Amino acid sequence: MSEATTHRPTYRPGELEAEANAADNRNRWLLSLPALVIIVCAAAGPLLVMVVYSFLTPGDYGNVKWEFSLEGWIGTLVQRDIFDDTLMWADAHLSIFWRSLSLSLITTFLTLIFGVPTAWFIATQPPSRKQFWLFLVTVPFWTNLLVRTIAIQELIRSEGVINLVLLKIGIITEPIQMMFTDFAIGFGMTYVYLPLMVLPVYAAVDKLDFRLVEAAHDLYAGRWTAFRRVILPLIKPGIIAGSILVFVPSLGAYVTPRVLGGGKNLMFGNLIELQFGAGRNWPLGAALSLMLMAAVMVSLIFYVRVTSREQADG
Amino acid sequence: MIQIENATKTFGQGDSAFTALRDVSVDIAANEFFTLLGPSGCGKTTLLRLIAGFEPPTKGAILLSGSDISRLPPNQRPVNTVFQNYALFPHMSVAQNIAFGLEMLGKPKAEIAKTVDEMLRLVRMEELKDRRTSEISGGQQQRVALARALAPHPQVLLLDEPLSALDLKLRKEMQIELKRLQSETGITFVFVTHDQEEALTMSDRVAVMNAGRILQVGSPRDIYERPSERFVANFIGESNFLDAERIGGDVTLAAGGSFAAAVPEGVPEGKVSVLIRPEHIRVRGGQPEAGELSAKVETVVYSGDATTLHLRLATGEVLKARMANAPDSDAAVPAEGQDAAVSIAPGAVTVLRD
Repeated sequence: MSEATTHRPTYRPGELEAEANAADNRNRWLLSLPALVIIVCAAAGPLLVMVVYSFLTPGDYGNVKWEFSLEGWIGTLVQRDIFDDTLMWADAHLSIFWRSLSLSLITTFLTLIFGVPTAWFIATQPPSRKQFWLFLVTVPFWTNLLVRTIAIQELIRSEGVINLVLLKIGIITEPIQMMFTDFAIGFGMTYVYLPLMVLPVYAAVDKLDFRLVEAAHDLYAGRWTAFRRVILPLIKPGIIAGSILVFVPSLGAYVTPRVLGGGKNLMFGNLIELQFGAGRNWPLGAALSLMLMAAVMVSLIFYVRVTSREQADG
Repeated sequence: MIQIENATKTFGQGDSAFTALRDVSVDIAANEFFTLLGPSGCGKTTLLRLIAGFEPPTKGAILLSGSDISRLPPNQRPVNTVFQNYALFPHMSVAQNIAFGLEMLGKPKAEIAKTVDEMLRLVRMEELKDRRTSEISGGQQQRVALARALAPHPQVLLLDEPLSALDLKLRKEMQIELKRLQSETGITFVFVTHDQEEALTMSDRVAVMNAGRILQVGSPRDIYERPSERFVANFIGESNFLDAERIGGDVTLAAGGSFAAAVPEGVPEGKVSVLIRPEHIRVRGGQPEAGELSAKVETVVYSGDATTLHLRLATGEVLKARMANAPDSDAAVPAEGQDAAVSIAPGAVTVLRD
């Protein structure tokens, strides 16, 4: 482009480039228009609706009345006594928040425990077999989440496979109650989200140069030290990515806690659903949704900061 | 220092088994610059990995200062490696890379800092010590890899084709640098290369390998001037192979002429192959006198510092002669198609074990 400029003295230097750049910019906007439309209609718009609704008054039969109110936000954390209007902590909500957070953290931890060795195993297979194992890991994605969750139910319910086998062998005399417990939710979510941990960790281990591990051993590092000082720092981005990929959807999980946790062991997602359904408190539901989103944003910002610092100096 | 005793290394099993080393025995002396030279796939890197401890030998033993280390893991051997691709830790700075081995040995902080500074000075990298290893050039990475491997002061330093990724000029510099480092540190260097010139210029001794075996061990001069077999002669430098008849230490060429020759062990009397290096042959135009062979000049190739002549002997054998060029040597070189007289320098004939 700069050559064209020098050959045409009627244009001031840089003028053609500026014009070309402007055209280029127009084209880019035009090309990204479909994506922009989707983002505005499907993400930004509904989000704005939620923000507005969270500051309104609940309607009598669901929906909202157009009266400003902070009750939706207040209701996320405290509840008003129906007789004397005194405020107290909404214990039910707080225990649900706590259950969501702890179950998500436990799920993340368990997927790490199971996922990292699995990813390591796959990445160290000969190339021809890697594809096969990776395919196996992704098989659950081909099945509907609900179906997979009900399959889990079939395993752990009182008349399910696990209890039947244990009873047959004689290890237990009464079936163990596993359905509708936090264990059931944790178990189900670990199963459902495991591939989301395995795949990014696999990608990181696959990229790992094993000659570096040899170099660490050569420089007097034992197995554990080599893992901690060389392998772990190099696959850390994959581990963090996997953890976020598991933690974020766990926090808002809906189907798994609904099927395996029953009506008692609610999680964040079920609580939100309740407000828009039987609870008929849309502003509270909207406020809760935004809180959940804020929690997700915080963990994403944490991820971005850790990884960008990693790239800058680590 | 290091004794390799009947080391054999086989990879895989059954039909797909591949033997990389066959019954290799060699002694490497303390403070020696020892080179393993051979074409790719000859087993030289496998032998190095056996010494480093990355692979256990299938059979045989590796002794370091008299004690068997063949079953020790690499982190328990006082041996460090400079890897072919350097294998620097990308998440650490230059200084952290150099400090790694010392930290693993549990040296006190002050001592580590002091040794790292020394190493940085030794390889002239003081200014770049805080750089990431991805931010420095190939030659600099090479020097960091050296410093990292030397910092724990190993008894033996193993170098796996460390110069092959560098361009020619840098390679020449590093050859001198490596020699300097070896004499300054007094550490035994075991150097792997496929570059014969590198092996000849740097080594105290060279082991020439092929197909999993060590064919010959000796000083660069031995290896070049007294190769024991055809492969060694062919791999190192330019060679002429001629048919001859051996009786005792005397050799009579099929093309004529009798010479006293060096004879390696295990060569039977009678028909043998002999080696004559091209630069040990003199050629002049005209008819041969006593002790000279008659030949016809086929081609003359001028290459700056020398001229190479391809000669056809009476037996039909082709002989290459390489003569250094001097300002007035032009007239002395016979032209293509001319008859020539060939004389072979005394001691230039070596009998080969085939």
